[in-house]
Amino acid sequence: MAEAQIKPFTLNFGPQHPAAHGVLRLVMEMDGEIVERADPHIGLLHRGTEKLIEHKTYMQAVPYFDRLDYVAPMNQEHAFVLATEKLLGLEVPRRGQFVRVLFCEIGRVLNHLLNCTTFALDVGAMTPPLWGFEQREILMEFYERASGARLHAAYFRVGGVHQDLPAGLAEDILAFCDQFQGFLDDMNNLLLGNRIFKQRLVDIGVVSAEEAIAWGFTGPCLRASGIPWDLRKSQPYEVYDELDFDIAVGKTGDCYSRYVCRVLEMQESIKIIRQCIEKMPEGPVLSEDHKVAPPRRGEMKRSMEALINHFKLYTEGHHVPAGEVYTGVEAPKGEFGVYLVADGTNKPYKCKIRAPGYAHLQGVDFMSKGHMLADAVAIIGSLDIVFGEIDR
Amino acid sequence: MAEFLTGYAWPTILIVLEILAIIVPLLVGVAYLTYAERRVLGAIHLRIGPNVVGPWGLLQPLADGLKLATKEPIIPSGSSKVIFLMAPMLTFLLALVAWAVIPFNKGWVLANVNVGVLYLFAISSLGVYGIIMAGWASNSKYAFLGGLRSAAQMVSYEVSIGLVIITVLLCVGSMNLSDIVEAQRKVWFCLPLLPMFVVFFISALAETNRPPFDLPEGESELVGGFNVEYSSMPFALFFLGEYANMILMSGMTSILFLGGWLPPADIAPLNWIPGVVWFALKIAFVLFLFLWVRGTLPRYRYDQLMRLGWKIFLPFSLIWVILTAGFLVAFDLLPNA
Repeated sequence: MAEAQIKPFTLNFGPQHPAAHGVLRLVMEMDGEIVERADPHIGLLHRGTEKLIEHKTYMQAVPYFDRLDYVAPMNQEHAFVLATEKLLGLEVPRRGQFVRVLFCEIGRVLNHLLNCTTFALDVGAMTPPLWGFEQREILMEFYERASGARLHAAYFRVGGVHQDLPAGLAEDILAFCDQFQGFLDDMNNLLLGNRIFKQRLVDIGVVSAEEAIAWGFTGPCLRASGIPWDLRKSQPYEVYDELDFDIAVGKTGDCYSRYVCRVLEMQESIKIIRQCIEKMPEGPVLSEDHKVAPPRRGEMKRSMEALINHFKLYTEGHHVPAGEVYTGVEAPKGEFGVYLVADGTNKPYKCKIRAPGYAHLQGVDFMSKGHMLADAVAIIGSLDIVFGEIDR
Repeated sequence: MAEFLTGYAWPTILIVLEILAIIVPLLVGVAYLTYAERRVLGAIHLRIGPNVVGPWGLLQPLADGLKLATKEPIIPSGSSKVIFLMAPMLTFLLALVAWAVIPFNKGWVLANVNVGVLYLFAISSLGVYGIIMAGWASNSKYAFLGGLRSAAQMVSYEVSIGLVIITVLLCVGSMNLSDIVEAQRKVWFCLPLLPMFVVFFISALAETNRPPFDLPEGESELVGGFNVEYSSMPFALFFLGEYANMILMSGMTSILFLGGWLPPADIAPLNWIPGVVWFALKIAFVLFLFLWVRGTLPRYRYDQLMRLGWKIFLPFSLIWVILTAGFLVAFDLLPNA
């Protein structure tokens, strides 16, 4: 009798799968419940962002960054405006810097709230997402009050931010910070010490420090493996060097330590938000260089010069001197980088986006090898994958 | 003719009426269990839950039922059609027939058989076949994994449930469910047999595929598992079967451990209330525990669930059987001795 060839059980995980976090398609080869190979297929949400940006002026490019990682939009805008400012050699007013940091940290809380709670949902706990989304809703209202949009804010502009904070927003953000610890305590009661939650996550999807570096992991996924690398500390941008905060570093590099890192980061972010509001000076939030940043409305009524500046800015946009630059920011998911090549015109010649989730997704195969199907779901959840930025 | 009427026709009509008297309230109970589940989960989640259809949303279950009934039943072309359609029927049927031996009050029982416990045990063991058949006949990979999981899971927890029941039987000396309730006149078994009560409750969660043991469905892993290919009424039958089983297991818990229809204490205001109300209240309490657990806990993994069943519950309940038996013999407390 001829030897029988045993074919592995192939499971098509996604793109329509509740735990695929968007449009991940994972072709898994399984031995019963054990995953032998997990092959991620990407590109189902590809919109050609990088190419589109080449045909947009610098200001028109900003909204595309909201649509990358739509969970924490302003953090992406930040990388792009920082890159452009570097090319222009433009200084951002101090208040503008504080407002940016404030909203970046709100973005971090937004992101980690979504990730931690839906991660719990992947592991089967259905209550945390609903509690967390209530908090997210408050934060998105802050977004809305500052920028007019809950999600796709386009609030960060080259030279600062679009508008100053509306009256009363700072107080409301402080009030949010006061009650947020209560929510975190509730969530920790439900999950952090929960035996089932721990049994499901501890020692699952372990990434050693070497592996994490070799695979290009950044953000909480890297820090959970024990490497204290955070761009906010190692190469501070904006006013991060004036703020007092710690970075959470894990030890084991498993799903549980990634989760704990995110929870601790939320607490640190709240600390930063408080400091930003306390230390925020008065003054303009947008650069006074009207070749780049639009003039004030009132000025346009009086000054011909301002009117011309406004017209030029909103038709042609501003020109950026030729050169190339790479800027990375510590986005909630990891290092979000923008590599910008300018050719002296009003449009970027090339804009390459480095999305942290892309590097993390590569790790799915080696992390889930030998684990069970349910663990693969937990691993995907712990990597914090959003397809907007991976497929771009 | 008169003999036919009194000898055959009348008893048949009577039995049919009795069956209806059990099944109709049961199905209404199932419908409102789904409503209660959504309201309780809503409260846990800090949201409202269904409150729009009818007063306080009370007509929501009817609207849901109507919606399911008017959907098109889709039978996958690769499926084994007869088994595919038989599976939900079997699940639903088994969930209903088990109620024949449940005593709702003193003497209120359709079939007062001597081996009531064994009958219940047998019927609830058969329940797994519906799920295995569904998983296999769907010819879908997710459903197949769901079927495999449920086979393993239900078998593991049957064993510890069996041992728990043996402990109760040791204390009662009868397999008749009414006798089991009557034996709890002095004290409900949930107090002297507290550890067994806990084991039974957790096993009941596993037996009915409820969180944290809802692996055969595994929303975030298997996308619905064994019932992923089902739609319309076949799906509704699975759904009804699952919830009827939940009520059944709560009923068993009340009968075995919470004194069935007996009031908490045989004193004036409490024993005015009819036994059937007490029974319903106890079932409702256990069901609330089911829902509470669902809102609180994450899901176990397949191997962890097996480990819990075989390595923890099985030895633990085995030791308790021996301890209970030893205690009863040593102090000469054995019933019917």
